[in-house]
Amino acid sequence: MTAVTNGVNVQALLDAREVLKGAPEAAQFTWRASAKWQSGVHSTIKVQSYFGLGEEQNHKEEWTFEADHPEVFAAEDNGITPIEYLLVGLASCLTGGIASVAENRGIQLRSVESTVEGGHDIRGILGADSDVRNGYNDIKVTFTIDADASRQEIEALVAQSQKRSAVFDALTNPTNVTVEVA
Amino acid sequence: MPTRALRKALRGQAIERTTTVVIGGGQAGLAASYFLSDRSIDHVVLERGEVANSWRRERWDSLRLLTPNWQSRLPGLRYEGPDPDGYMTVSEVTEFIEHFAKVSRAPVRTGVRVTSVRRADDGYLVTTSHGEIHAPTVVIASGACNQAAVPPLRDAVPVSVEQVTPFGYRDPAQLPDGGVLVVGASATGVQLAAELRRSGRPVTVSVGEHVRLPRTYRGRDVLWWMDASGVWDQRYDEVEDLTRARRLPSPQLVGTPERTTLDLNALASMGVELLGRWAAVRDGRALFSGGLRNVFSLADLKMERLLDTFDEWAKAEGYDAEAGSPERFPSTRVPESTRLQLDLRSGEIAAIVWATGFRPDYGWLDVPVVDAKGHLNHEGGVVDSPGLYALGLPVLRRRRSTFICGIEDDAREVIDHLARYLAVRR
Repeated sequence: MTAVTNGVNVQALLDAREVLKGAPEAAQFTWRASAKWQSGVHSTIKVQSYFGLGEEQNHKEEWTFEADHPEVFAAEDNGITPIEYLLVGLASCLTGGIASVAENRGIQLRSVESTVEGGHDIRGILGADSDVRNGYNDIKVTFTIDADASRQEIEALVAQSQKRSAVFDALTNPTNVTVEVA
Repeated sequence: MPTRALRKALRGQAIERTTTVVIGGGQAGLAASYFLSDRSIDHVVLERGEVANSWRRERWDSLRLLTPNWQSRLPGLRYEGPDPDGYMTVSEVTEFIEHFAKVSRAPVRTGVRVTSVRRADDGYLVTTSHGEIHAPTVVIASGACNQAAVPPLRDAVPVSVEQVTPFGYRDPAQLPDGGVLVVGASATGVQLAAELRRSGRPVTVSVGEHVRLPRTYRGRDVLWWMDASGVWDQRYDEVEDLTRARRLPSPQLVGTPERTTLDLNALASMGVELLGRWAAVRDGRALFSGGLRNVFSLADLKMERLLDTFDEWAKAEGYDAEAGSPERFPSTRVPESTRLQLDLRSGEIAAIVWATGFRPDYGWLDVPVVDAKGHLNHEGGVVDSPGLYALGLPVLRRRRSTFICGIEDDAREVIDHLARYLAVRR
């Protein structure tokens, strides 16, 4: 297999996979975010610490995100909407997955771009129609990929990426979510 | 009265001694017995029911083998009937295996249930419903399909909905009238979905990962290609992801005289509704994955790669001229929108068929050779305990191992190893 330079340390991931097969406790991660309301529907979210491999961990810096709604929602547009963050997550998760699978399969990527569209009927969240769901009705991702591979191989990369994507799973399958007041 | 039993009776609960105990009187156990006899190794075959018990008791009425008859072979016995390209019914398979047991004069003891196997005195003590046997070697041939693997979702299904597994299913008439939800779209799932749809019931299939194959390719049975091209000859130690290969579900095939392809497009054309993988139950509603489209893509892409392999082989072997031209099949059609949930309390679904696969049962095996997922630790049938062997498991030694035409080579090789083990022990 020719050496490719997609930049993914696939060997480290494969090694980790082997180790974690025998140590499921170490594989238990907890990702975290802390949010603070600013005003209106604007809030600021910070992400730094997480738990994994048996101990507390930290990103190398604290990351900050603003969330708000745009002016058509009579808000101030201080940040993207919460529902758009899901598209950010999905696109980046699938893209990272494509790079990893390509590295593992010895496929050299030249460029990977995508557009994500989520169809959303806002009558749900406005309470205008109880038959309309709050979330997306459908999401479509379109990838444009330039790589040293046949179309079939590229389609297989995209299929495998979905198969192992955390966000794809989180969006397509139900997840238990508990919301409490301390 | 046999001498051994008499001696036992006279001595009270004496332990019988032999050289090999074979557990399971199906095709795997009988193949092991054939090679043991061939080497004059003293042995017994213990069968909890009758010979070919699983075929008699645990299969539905319309079932036929997925493999064409010419691929039915056991050591020294070939299919010699009038329909080599046909597919054996359950009673024909039972007869075939029974005939083999008679012709090979296998020392089978029927109605004997093994309750424990444990290491003792440089060998194994096998406890059965009819006494104890000690032997330096044991061959586990009890199969990979002792129990239906039903997900915990079953407990959340309302009692008003009838549930059945492939072991309990015989024909459509036994299910109540009304809609059926078939969970799983591998061989069992597609076959039962089609049969139930033909009985006039509304049928919904929850589709997880599956293996798609056409029944015929370029004029030949697709399993002819698996055999001829060498795909089935791939050894277990050459397979990239062996754990995955051993867990592959049976391909979406059915054995019919017309050699029809029974894939998801065929089911959809019959009016079967396809839903995503069943993920959860909440407030009496079944929730299904919205990722169905990719499940289709994965299966379509895998099939295409396999057909590419067949075409490459045909070209290299100069077979291109004889065979029909390469074919590619339409992608699995994705419905406009698929339902993400179904109300199990509405009465829409009267019955659920769990076509979710099978698991082996090693509850009687008191030797630490079973992993956390309940599967046997073995290297090509040589189990991780001296003198202990296995046969009749998927991809035991080759991809072919999973099918009836694979048992002969596996049994010969495993018994070879067993014989060498015995020779070294002396």
